[in-house]
Amino acid sequence: MTIIASLVIPLVGAIGIALAGRVNANFRESVTLITAGVLAWTVWSLLPEVLAGGRPAVSITEIVPGIEIAFRVEPLGMLFAALASALWIVNSIYSIGYMRGNKEKKQTRFYTFFAIAVAAAMGIAFSANLFTLFLFYEVLTLSTYPLVSHKGDEKTVRSARVYLGVLLTTSIGLLLPAIIWTYVAAGTGDFTMGGILAGKIDGPEVGLLLGLFVFGIGKAAVMPVHRWLPAAMVAPTPVSALLHAVAVVKAGVFTITKVIVYIFGIDFLAETPSSNWLLYAAAFTIIAASVVALRQQNLKRLLAYSTIAQLSYVVMATAILKPLAEVGAAIHMVAHAFGKITLFFAAGAIYVASKKTELHQLRGIGRRMPWTMTAFSIGALSMIGVPPTGGFVSKWYILAGAFEADNYVAIATIIASTVLNAAYFLPIIYFAWFEPEQPGAENDHGEAPFFAVLALTITAALTIGFFLFNATAIELERQLVSP
Amino acid sequence: MNPSEHLAALQVVVPFLAAPLIVLLQARRLAWAATTLTSLLAFAIAIALTHGVLNGQDHQYFMGSWPAPYGIELRVDGFSAVLLLAITGASSAALLAGYHSLDQQIEPKRQPLFFAAWILALAGLTGIVVSADAFNIFVFMEISSLASYVLVAGGPDRRALPAVLKYLIFGTIGATFYLIGVGLIYMMTGTLNLADMELRIPEVADQSPVLVAAGFITVGLALKAALFPLHIWLPNAYTFSPHVVTVFLAACATKVSLYVLLRFDFFVFQQNITGHKLQFTVFFMSLAVFAILIASAVALFEKNLKRMLAWSSVAQIGYIMLGASIVSLAGLTASVLHVFNHAIAKGSLFLAVACLAMSFRGLRLGNIAGSAKAMPWTMGALVLSGLSLIGVPGTAGFISKWYLISAVFELGGGIAIFLTAVIVIGSLMAVVYIWRIVEHAYFRPPETDAVVREAPLGILTVTWIVALANLYFGINPELPVALSESAASALMGHIR
Repeated sequence: MTIIASLVIPLVGAIGIALAGRVNANFRESVTLITAGVLAWTVWSLLPEVLAGGRPAVSITEIVPGIEIAFRVEPLGMLFAALASALWIVNSIYSIGYMRGNKEKKQTRFYTFFAIAVAAAMGIAFSANLFTLFLFYEVLTLSTYPLVSHKGDEKTVRSARVYLGVLLTTSIGLLLPAIIWTYVAAGTGDFTMGGILAGKIDGPEVGLLLGLFVFGIGKAAVMPVHRWLPAAMVAPTPVSALLHAVAVVKAGVFTITKVIVYIFGIDFLAETPSSNWLLYAAAFTIIAASVVALRQQNLKRLLAYSTIAQLSYVVMATAILKPLAEVGAAIHMVAHAFGKITLFFAAGAIYVASKKTELHQLRGIGRRMPWTMTAFSIGALSMIGVPPTGGFVSKWYILAGAFEADNYVAIATIIASTVLNAAYFLPIIYFAWFEPEQPGAENDHGEAPFFAVLALTITAALTIGFFLFNATAIELERQLVSP
Repeated sequence: MNPSEHLAALQVVVPFLAAPLIVLLQARRLAWAATTLTSLLAFAIAIALTHGVLNGQDHQYFMGSWPAPYGIELRVDGFSAVLLLAITGASSAALLAGYHSLDQQIEPKRQPLFFAAWILALAGLTGIVVSADAFNIFVFMEISSLASYVLVAGGPDRRALPAVLKYLIFGTIGATFYLIGVGLIYMMTGTLNLADMELRIPEVADQSPVLVAAGFITVGLALKAALFPLHIWLPNAYTFSPHVVTVFLAACATKVSLYVLLRFDFFVFQQNITGHKLQFTVFFMSLAVFAILIASAVALFEKNLKRMLAWSSVAQIGYIMLGASIVSLAGLTASVLHVFNHAIAKGSLFLAVACLAMSFRGLRLGNIAGSAKAMPWTMGALVLSGLSLIGVPGTAGFISKWYLISAVFELGGGIAIFLTAVIVIGSLMAVVYIWRIVEHAYFRPPETDAVVREAPLGILTVTWIVALANLYFGINPELPVALSESAASALMGHIR
């Protein structure tokens, strides 16, 4: 019942937002915030039961024999849903500040599709089998398209076409065949502890199927299917923040993790050499994306490439195929979400306050926007993995897993990418705080709107908070690998 | 007399009797009402027949109570039920939409005649489907073809005339080929009843006349079904006919010929000609692959909305044929299922186009730029049915693609990978051409300053009902799946 509610609430909210938008903006924003609050409360109310080992489940309908729409809450999905629903509240607060400060048009459409996208994310989180997951995966793609193309001008539409094109092509072209293959081979697509494919397929086919899954799940942005992510940066910043730091990209890596843990099974993959390539593909993406990020001049594009690299952290951690690393993968989704949403919020706040988008414009901006830049610095430190931020915790677990597996490729990649992360984030922090600003009229601005600052302060606090209070999340995710 | 025993006959007799009466009705509204009521009645009969089939009883009916090989037999099983639903459903929806749309395109005085032709086409198409007799099928085929030539040529667009001439020539060649084939088989077996033919043909199997007959029948019907490369009559016929006629014909006309083709092949030839299965598979599978790839590619570059969708229909026939050419239970299920699902998807797409045509004179992509703002409901329905055509999960189109890919996987090996790639590439091309419509409608500024209004409520309602059927049968496909499975097992049951 609670599961259904967490899907229906945002949908009802979407209708409410659409109707309230006709009355006035304040009423519409209230509906959004109330919906987000109720949803978070509903989702979080599932947590105690899942922590205690319960796996609430519900089946909606059997479409054809063996293929049903069904939901089941397991640790990974619980974490993802809890994260997305909680950050939706913060993001809604931020959206109010950003959208009003920027005087964006068609705000009702924006909030409506946002709610639908969140509903799709909940569906992905709680899906009990591959078919249900695929259903909501596509809904998420389609419902975010109007958000990405929000501005509606020629350039935006072209970028949005890349976004939609890459995600639909990969999902229909690769993921769907992979799913059908799984159903045909194993006779089921249920997410099952220990996997369902062991003994059903073997040899090079395993590597091939894994490839169909990994590149079919374009939302995870493993190179070469990462092009949509920088393209999607044309969206308004709140969209980039929640969807492209949390819901969409995390839906991607979440799906990959879920497929590896519950469909293949980590033991089965560990003894199948044809699946080894995944680790190298992810490691390559981490390094390559970091190098590209190093060369970016536009702040949002830099964050986009940083996201690509961080997503592959999760994929690589999963591909280490050791329990500790799987925990690290799950925790990294949370840690990265807090850090990256802060960074995006800060980028958006800078844009609203000053219309600045390029790195060289940020000299000395710390004095004008102290709250924003403090939050930005915290987010950046979390990306690098410096204590006391959340990024440190997840890196710790991933490294522990890598050492357990004696996987020196993974260890070397993590070290190299930490250096690269520092190389592109630290100069920004340094310039913002310690360089004098260029004289000029465009620098005559203050702090961003209150709601925007409030939101990014909250997420920065969460980034640090996660360093201190992460026991629940880790306890939850330990159940992922040992029931 | 219990009318339910006579349902199979009534399915055909009701529209036939209605046709002359409609000619007599001079008032166009009255003629429209009579036609629509007849069509809805036919739809109700089709539903009743389907209900019987689902309960496990195939309808068998002997005209005038003459027993089978001597008298005319009518037969309704799962496969026929799917077709009957598609034909009568499409006709009813198109007629309901025609209340608003037809006035624009057909002079009031000619409307009663037009409606009479419509109802004859309906009678002919249903007649083909219920007949269990090869010659009867030919007669109904001619009736439906002649009537649909009239329908296609009925609009104000003069370009319809060369299109219909092409349609007529190809249609006649197809029907003649079929007749020659049937004549040869009659010569060899002395029977026209399909079931009887199946029993008698082993005695003469592999003799030249039977082989020739198989060739004539296959090619003739493939021509009428617009199977690539025999499709060239189709795009223009669909493009220039009145909009609601396109709805009617696109949803069912070619599929009826496919139905006869599969019936004949699986009942009569499949097990009786040496190596036929292999020939059937190789021949049709390669044609289906070409149909999917080439027709979709043409649709990509087509600028006229109706012709784009017509090319997409050619591609969809490829999917249906691909499933059948696998010659397996799963393949045939997918095939029949796609007949049903594509009828809904293409029906609602063309209905949405008819809505657009209420406000736009031209139907090139450029003409409809910016239409979504003025016509949000029309475009909403168009997008929804477009998603179903692509095969996005949650829509009917997804279910048939799922079955089709599963059937392909059963083949295993390289061919499975190749065919999956073909299906996937075809779907992706569908994404592109549907998205071109969406981009023009939603993101381009309108071409002119003319005030565009949303289509009338009546036609919108019909469009949305059919569009929502795409969702309903995507979530709850029990009915079409049950029918398709029974159809597939009936067809496969004739292969020993």
